[in-house]
Amino acid sequence: MALLDYFRLRKAKGSAAIAKERLQILVAHDRRAGGPTYLPQLKHDLLKVIQKYVAVDGDAVSVSVGKDGSQDILELNIILPD
Amino acid sequence: MARIIVITSGKGGVGKTTTSAAFAMGLAEHGHRTIVVDFDVGLRNLDLIMGCERRVVYDFVNVISGEANLSQALIKDKRNPNLFILPASQTRDKEALTLEGVGKVLTELAEDFEYVVCDSPAGIERGATLAMYYADDAIVVTNPEVSSVRDSDRMIGILSSKSRRAEQNLEGIREYLLVTRYSPERVEKGEMLALEDVREILSLDLIGVIPESQAVLNASNSGVPVILDRESSAGQAYSDMVSRYLGEDLPHRFLTIEKKGLLGRLFGG
Repeated sequence: MALLDYFRLRKAKGSAAIAKERLQILVAHDRRAGGPTYLPQLKHDLLKVIQKYVAVDGDAVSVSVGKDGSQDILELNIILPD
Repeated sequence: MARIIVITSGKGGVGKTTTSAAFAMGLAEHGHRTIVVDFDVGLRNLDLIMGCERRVVYDFVNVISGEANLSQALIKDKRNPNLFILPASQTRDKEALTLEGVGKVLTELAEDFEYVVCDSPAGIERGATLAMYYADDAIVVTNPEVSSVRDSDRMIGILSSKSRRAEQNLEGIREYLLVTRYSPERVEKGEMLALEDVREILSLDLIGVIPESQAVLNASNSGVPVILDRESSAGQAYSDMVSRYLGEDLPHRFLTIEKKGLLGRLFGG
């Protein structure tokens, strides 16, 4: 029985399964290192919403991600016209 | 207004130039005036894949530096009147490309063509970042293999932050995934990442799957874009991909092992 299981497991976990597992970990790690990839889109969307109510320039919104100890900080800076 | 499409991948050898040639030829076959531009300055190859290497007189860098004008550098494809090629320079290096120079040439091309296809070099250096900078759409070419998928993911990050559209707060580049060299046999055996795995990791819209095919090498050997090999699975898959890009809703093909018929099995077809 154990022998059968051995073969079944081998079949289920070919090298492709290992590749997928390694990639998922690696890609998640790479993405964290470079800051979230959604930042430019977030900035774009925020700007659109703000422009619905206030006439601001294209560079009125700045978004950045930083770290404070173990906490991730998302910093939003919106400059409103006088 | 023309649409500018970059064919990119990060990793080399995954099929960017093959895809650029096939995609541009496909668009031209649909009747669209198309130009395909080689951004791989110093290692030009698009001319070879397109079969026009002996007709190169002036190149992209000559146009940027003002040594030639566009009409002198453009090569008209002999098979399709809608298709033109702008070759890269073989003797210069990528530093010869400048943001303003590339912008000027692309603006001029956009006046005359419906689609501008940019064949990006590998890597994330100047040639590659300039090829994507002005893009409206991006086709990320990926092999079902760990290093290619990782590099594609990195490229997707760069596409969303270092482009004209990102810098000017315009709508982002439309990104599509093209999986090439796909082998259903190896996927079945558990030796190759399945299509779903690649999609799940990269989470991009899939525009096509090109099966591993002898036809690709045959096509580049003879300088004919593989899309013109209509009998081949790769040619048909590229043709589907072009139709999808133009808005048609087609199911993906060549994802499962082709079962040989009785005759095929008897005669080894």
